[in-house]
Amino acid sequence: MLIKRPADIRSSEITDKKLYLNRREFIRAAGVTGVAAAAGAIGAEALVEAKGAAHGRKLANIKKSPLSVSNEKINSWEDITSYNNYYEFGTDKDGPEQYARDFKTQPWKVSIEGECAKKGVMDLEDVLKGETLEERVYRHRCVEAWSMVIPWAGFPLSNLIKRCEPTSKAKYIEFTTAYDQRQMIGVRVPVLNWPYKEGLRMDEAMHPLTILVAGLYDEVLPNQDGAPLRLAVPWKYGFKHIKSIVKVKFVEKQPLNTWQEQASNEYGFYANVNPSVDHPRWSQATERRIGEFFRRKTLLFNGYGDQVASLYAGMDLRKNY
Amino acid sequence: MPIRILKILIFVAALGPVAWLIRAGLTGNLSANPLSDITNETGVWTLRFVCVTLSITPLRRLTGWNALIRFRRMTGLFAFFYGTLHFLTYVIVDRFAGLDFPHGIVAWTTVVNLAKSVSEDIYKRPFITVGFATWCTMLPLAVTSTAGWIRRLGGRRWSRLHRLVYATGVLGVLHYWWLVKADVRRPLTYGFIVAVLLASRVYWSRLRSVSPAAAPRAAKSSVRL
Repeated sequence: MLIKRPADIRSSEITDKKLYLNRREFIRAAGVTGVAAAAGAIGAEALVEAKGAAHGRKLANIKKSPLSVSNEKINSWEDITSYNNYYEFGTDKDGPEQYARDFKTQPWKVSIEGECAKKGVMDLEDVLKGETLEERVYRHRCVEAWSMVIPWAGFPLSNLIKRCEPTSKAKYIEFTTAYDQRQMIGVRVPVLNWPYKEGLRMDEAMHPLTILVAGLYDEVLPNQDGAPLRLAVPWKYGFKHIKSIVKVKFVEKQPLNTWQEQASNEYGFYANVNPSVDHPRWSQATERRIGEFFRRKTLLFNGYGDQVASLYAGMDLRKNY
Repeated sequence: MPIRILKILIFVAALGPVAWLIRAGLTGNLSANPLSDITNETGVWTLRFVCVTLSITPLRRLTGWNALIRFRRMTGLFAFFYGTLHFLTYVIVDRFAGLDFPHGIVAWTTVVNLAKSVSEDIYKRPFITVGFATWCTMLPLAVTSTAGWIRRLGGRRWSRLHRLVYATGVLGVLHYWWLVKADVRRPLTYGFIVAVLLASRVYWSRLRSVSPAAAPRAAKSSVRL
């Protein structure tokens, strides 16, 4: 397969400095001057609490990847670990940070099932054995029209797939998230049909951009971001990036992913980022990059079109949303 | 405690949410997406003040404490205040921030494009349509909340107009309901509260029509809503 370098953002697409207004920094700067005087009186310092995950174990020997985006500001550790959609730990964005703190990710097992030769239960250590973690800085676009730039550390899903030796009947892969009523407060409420499931077509799963993620920045992946093992498919909406994977099943028929099951008129199987196919309740034409005030134009396939558009040649992307 | 002092206390308390939002924003204590937080919080506080306003008449009937009515204009106006903040936040954060600025930000095209963007969005997205309709139901009530307008309209007509607040409650809940992705517990809670508050009015009006003498005196003696 021809692996093209990701299209760098043309300078004309970079938001003009004058327009660019980093709202949080602006607000903070204003806060320093404006509020400092009053802060002592109202105790503003007391309000400032540590946000985001505590820093965990460092990962060694992470390789840089040519598939990373360049020229884009990477979101902070705090942003990436304090603003999460992980409904197993509550439907509020700050829920996962709070409730996933004590989630046990060791020992961890991944069950390999379905149309493949190497069925069985693998320890996480075996899944990771022999893999070199690469830093992949990817744009991450949520279906709710916000986005971040995230430095994942992971390895190609295709490596694991090859080791499982799928049969010719394996046309799709179905992934399943952990389900534990004791540890995950979110699953005690039937908000979604637990356990969470996602799927990829085999060619999507084999694509070099598709990775299994075990780290963030140069550290072990924090629980709220889907530890110990999650998926990253950067040209698809965030809900495709299934977290805390416990099962990988090779199947012949297109699996039903959880959000499609929840509302098939709103969420499809493919869920490719596409500015011209609106979600029925909001536009997908623009997005807010976390940390910015002005909204950005959303790019087809989240800007990865050069690398992935060929996967969908001849398909009606309006129907296959 | 004299009503005047109570009113001042409630006024200050009702400014609490916006004061908290400003403070949390300035100290970096909102989430990584503070603009979304401001939108959500102002919206939820609108709904809360609508519920408080709708609960005054039932509470008055239950407790017989008629002085409660004297707080209703204020809570109603605070609902409008938070609703207007919510609407303005949406206009700025959701619409203005997504515009192109071919002639710079300070330009006539910005005004035209913003008006176009807002009106197209209200037309296009049902939950925005409903949200805007909710705000529209509060507008005439806020305008006619003065003693002068009560006199000009006459108590009866004024009362009838102000029943629009029932629509505010129902539409506000619907707006919230259509917004959430899967977890409808919060909209459901507000829906339940509004339903109980509206049902209590149906109950009392039936009671009155069946046996006028049995109706509590409080309900007959003053403007009811």
